[in-house]
Amino acid sequence: MAAFKNSLRLRAALLSLLIFAAIVGLWQIATQPVAGSGTAAVDPEYAKLVGVAAATGSKSAMPTPADVGATLWKHLLDPFYIRGSNDKGIGIQLAYSLGRVLLGFALAALVAVPLGFLIGMSPLVYRALDPFIQVLKPVSPLAWMPLALYTIKDSAISSIFVIFICSVWPMLINTAFGVAGVRKEWLNVSRTLEVGPFRTAFKVILPAAAPTIMTGMRISVGIAWLVIVAAEMLVGGTGIGYFVWNEWNNLSIANIITAILLIGLVGLVLDQVLAWLAKLVTYPE
Amino acid sequence: MQQQQRPLISVEGLSRRFGDSGQTPVFEDLWFGVDRAEFCCLIGHSGCGKTTILNVLAGLDQPTEGAVIVDNREIDGPSLDRAVIFQGHALLPWLTVMGNIAFAVTSRWPSWDRAKVRDHAAKFIELVGLTGAEGKRPAQLSGGMKQRVGIARALSIQPKMLLMDEPFSALDALTRGMLQDEVLRICAATNQTVFMITHDVDEAILLADRIVLMTNGPGAKIAEIVVNTMPRNERHRNDLHRHPQYYAIRNHLVEFLVNRSRAFDQEIAEHGYDPRRLKLVKPGLAAVNPPAEVVPLTTGRRQ
Ligand SMILES: Nc1ncnc2c1ncn2[C@@H]1O[C@H](COP(=O)(O)OP(=O)(O)OP(=O)(O)O)[C@@H](O)[C@H]1O
Ligand SMILES: [Mg+2]
Repeated sequence: MAAFKNSLRLRAALLSLLIFAAIVGLWQIATQPVAGSGTAAVDPEYAKLVGVAAATGSKSAMPTPADVGATLWKHLLDPFYIRGSNDKGIGIQLAYSLGRVLLGFALAALVAVPLGFLIGMSPLVYRALDPFIQVLKPVSPLAWMPLALYTIKDSAISSIFVIFICSVWPMLINTAFGVAGVRKEWLNVSRTLEVGPFRTAFKVILPAAAPTIMTGMRISVGIAWLVIVAAEMLVGGTGIGYFVWNEWNNLSIANIITAILLIGLVGLVLDQVLAWLAKLVTYPE
Repeated sequence: MQQQQRPLISVEGLSRRFGDSGQTPVFEDLWFGVDRAEFCCLIGHSGCGKTTILNVLAGLDQPTEGAVIVDNREIDGPSLDRAVIFQGHALLPWLTVMGNIAFAVTSRWPSWDRAKVRDHAAKFIELVGLTGAEGKRPAQLSGGMKQRVGIARALSIQPKMLLMDEPFSALDALTRGMLQDEVLRICAATNQTVFMITHDVDEAILLADRIVLMTNGPGAKIAEIVVNTMPRNERHRNDLHRHPQYYAIRNHLVEFLVNRSRAFDQEIAEHGYDPRRLKLVKPGLAAVNPPAEVVPLTTGRRQ
């Protein structure tokens, strides 16, 4: 059985490698410089945008896998340099984004977990707040951006606010759901032992609802990491989203692809950390 | 102040109705008591309201009418003096065996330090024979082991009385027998007052000093109270059926569960009924002289 499982894992890894090779191969073929096709009619707008050389095809603006590899390597060798406000290492940019996400996420958790507790424990509060949650939850977090910029007047704090607002809903809803779903018999145990409300909240309700709360946090972090790129594209200044936008203006597709890869990897790590935390608090019934 | 001799637990005119006032109550106008150091069993069919009564006694549920007086004071909520062993074992699944019992112990004695709590908890884990399983989570335990943890948790707070809701009904016969013996031994040793729900006739005869018979709901009543005239020291699980009084008591209980519990209104019409002055019956004594006629053995439950 174990051997079979191992072989399955091995075969899956081989297949992944094969798919990777195929993608890189196709990519390589598609970006081969095409010799002697420089006279095709080119939309002048497009030419202006991507540069004449690229538009006429003598050298594609689309980098080859090797180009991207070289760029990635260059970034990894020196991720934390700072050369002026518009030229910072990709590691620095990722750190900015990560910092905003974690700050916004932490603030959201500070609000969502206690409020979710209240909603989960009191049917009155639940009914009173439900319409607000239902209306605000589906709003794209970026729609808040102008409002945030206008009221806060600080682009860095505004993007943190946007992260806050997008990560608050899943945590709020999951906490309320988890707290409301705590088994009556566990609460009765606590009542027959004359346990006070605070000890009951921390020793019974919180551990009972913890797996559901952690699921909400995992969803929230995922959404926050999606949103931060867009938010930073809007407000500019620093961060991986700004980096991507800046490289688009520089027309450095290799840098953009590198950033995409790194955004994916950081997102993966965030998700795995939350999954690991969730596993710590789950209990078998 | 009513200084007349009240039992430790005194149930006075208890009714409980769910829903609006048009509905028939689950049970109505119950009057009975449990004396200090007595083992009292409540027997009745599924759904007649036994758990509801226990919840009221525990202070987890409020009666629609009437009151429960414990130690001459009306109860107004749960208390550490009344430990509950729940129908489902109700262990906290994220805590270990030790953690579950320690939770109860710290609730009882908040000022105790960790070591003292653990020592105390360990004593009760040993009492129910679970030494070695302290670090296990409930999910890793068998049904019988979980029930033992529930018992240890209830006993560890050294309550004045134990309220048990069918603590053994989910167990196989062998485990059930072992646990019954243990509970009997522990209760005798600590002089516990016990109120226990069951629908197992033999369990009631083995454990109880008095057996409260409840009719079928809705509108359930207490029909009568059967005194178990078999002395505690003559009740042994393995030769219970050899005791001269056994079949008489058993037949009386089975007869009640099979026939009388659902036709009790008819009985009231014929013989009258005062819920405040329940009949105390001693079928065992009647059997000692004239030989008991043996009713064919049926189980306590309706088929
Ligand atoms: N919270 C509630 N709301 C409405 N009805 C209830 C509630 N709790 C219990 N009942 C009703 O009260 C009746 C008695 O329930 P209870 O759980 O006390 O029965 P029981 O005698 O303990 O049965 P069993 O032997 O199966 O455990 C049932 O008909 C049940 O439907
Ligand atoms: Mg019940």
